[in-house]
Amino acid sequence: MADERPVHIRVKDLTMAYGDYVVMRDLDFAIHRGEIFFIMGGSGCGKSTLLRHLIGLNEPARGEVWYGDVNFTAASDEEREPIRRRFGILFQSGALWSSMTLAENVGLPLEQFTPLAPAEIGEAATLKLSLVGLRGFEDYFPSEISGGMQKRAGLARAMALDPEVLFFDEPSAGLDPVSSRLLDELILSLRDSLGATVIIVSHELPSILSIADDCVFLDTDTRTMSARGNPRELLAHPPNPNVHRFLTRGRSDGEAGSPS
Amino acid sequence: MAVGNHDVLTEVGASSRDSRKSAAIDVEVGTDRTLRIHLAGRWNLAEGLPSTRIVEKALEGSPPPRAVTFETANLVSWDSSALLVLERIGRLCRGRGLPVELAGLPEGAHRLLALADAVPEKRDARPPGTRPPWLARVGQTATAAWRGAREATAFLGETTLAFAPLLRGRATFRARDLALVVQECGPQALPIVTLINFLVGLIIAFVGAVELLKFGATIYVADLVAIATVRELGCIMTGIIMAGRTGSGFAAQLGTMNVNQEIEAFVTMGVPPMDFLVLPRMLALCLMMPLLCLYADLIGILGGATVAVGMLAQSPTQYWLETQHAIGFTSIGLGVGKGIVFGVLIALAGCLRGMKSGRDAAAVGQAATSAVVLAIVWIIATDGIFAVICNVVGI
Repeated sequence: MADERPVHIRVKDLTMAYGDYVVMRDLDFAIHRGEIFFIMGGSGCGKSTLLRHLIGLNEPARGEVWYGDVNFTAASDEEREPIRRRFGILFQSGALWSSMTLAENVGLPLEQFTPLAPAEIGEAATLKLSLVGLRGFEDYFPSEISGGMQKRAGLARAMALDPEVLFFDEPSAGLDPVSSRLLDELILSLRDSLGATVIIVSHELPSILSIADDCVFLDTDTRTMSARGNPRELLAHPPNPNVHRFLTRGRSDGEAGSPS
Repeated sequence: MAVGNHDVLTEVGASSRDSRKSAAIDVEVGTDRTLRIHLAGRWNLAEGLPSTRIVEKALEGSPPPRAVTFETANLVSWDSSALLVLERIGRLCRGRGLPVELAGLPEGAHRLLALADAVPEKRDARPPGTRPPWLARVGQTATAAWRGAREATAFLGETTLAFAPLLRGRATFRARDLALVVQECGPQALPIVTLINFLVGLIIAFVGAVELLKFGATIYVADLVAIATVRELGCIMTGIIMAGRTGSGFAAQLGTMNVNQEIEAFVTMGVPPMDFLVLPRMLALCLMMPLLCLYADLIGILGGATVAVGMLAQSPTQYWLETQHAIGFTSIGLGVGKGIVFGVLIALAGCLRGMKSGRDAAAVGQAATSAVVLAIVWIIATDGIFAVICNVVGI
């Protein structure tokens, strides 16, 4: 079903390296518009590095990343700008600007890239914050709220400009199971309502199994992607032992980390 | 209420002919006094919001509408801009106690609005920021200053206590850390210390030469440079340079460690951060400052000699003999002694501000700035005290 949607992001033959050290090679997959796509794999396998390549913070050693019909890897900074403006990125720690209130954090991209009047920016910031359950916290500084709230505020900022692609780096890290599930539901309803493509770096099995449409598994042993597809199908028919081990949390009886 | 930049108000029916139109709102009052709001066109946040004036006017019309519904047959696409307008209309209706029927809206918009209302507003968030009266502010500033002074004194006390185990040969820091800080605030500071002190020596000699030339006493340029450099400027300039490059560095480093909870990690493991972090920095500066001061004296004199030899045609030997005549071991010792004290002050200011820094990027910046300011103030004030003491003692 997922493959009927148009391709949004295409990773062609991508090799990532730090100097001579190859992190992952020959990554080749497509992400479809409106899909919730997980990049999964063990700790230190290069998940976040792949995310950095997708958003252009790192340059590939070989291969290309395409957004629609634009070769993002070969594009100049000016050509990347309009594509980047359609990104919403939630960094691991939230990465809120500490000297600004939550409303200012969310309002800054609107101030920069839309013709909205200051009062309208305030309304927009309130709306985005209330979508993540933070209505009433507009005048708080990031240091005055909890880590989970910072993460949600980071999501509100990432959504400020109605992005076409939302990137999440370990969204559930540091969240309790309930908050983590609420975040999953939020991601799901945002995707369903706004139609954004969602790319999530994570090794949270409950999230992966409950909301992913598609995923790629980065294998530390082979230093390449060793599986891709719907994770629930991968769990039912694991293509190789490493994927099986990952999706069953290393248990031999085949019982998965069941979706919550 | 600000009005959107796009003031596109289309007649009913007109919008249906052209679906490429940008966002538009129109209203229609039914026979049952139901206000039907039409949303049409392409809604794009990057193009701003359409005006909601027409809705406000319709709500105020007489007879007032009894209910509000939405019609989106001509809506091509929507995003947050539509949600913003819907929220605003919702507020207007709530203010008038009008029931709003959201059923006509696209499924996604409906769901997002429900999501936005899912968590009630935190009412007790915070009182509106009021500025206290001036007397209260004076009081607050005074208590803050008092607190700061107590904090600095307590910190000095803690540092002194931390020195006790060192004297007994039972210090807990690692020699490698000390070596690293010594290298950072000793050899690596040489280029900037050289440049600044050479130029200061040069400038004093030059200015002095112009004045002394009037009396034909240019031979005393050497005395002028030697006394000024060795007794005052060598240690003050070096102190200010070190406050700027090392003191602020200490504050920024310790402040960032504070942000990352690294200092708390020391405390919880039972390793006293004073011993482990402050002591090596303090020691390193106390060891390096006197050496840097001696070096600065030498370079300053060299700067003076450059002017004397190059401009006043004195011989290097003559200049050297005059310099030797001008300064004795007392002056050199005074300069070096001041250097040690300044080293303590710089390390104290840097470490104090770093250890007591706040927990975000801005706070670390403030810590670094205030470490430099504090160190320079302390250096100049202490130098004044030294001048008075020297005058009384007669050295």
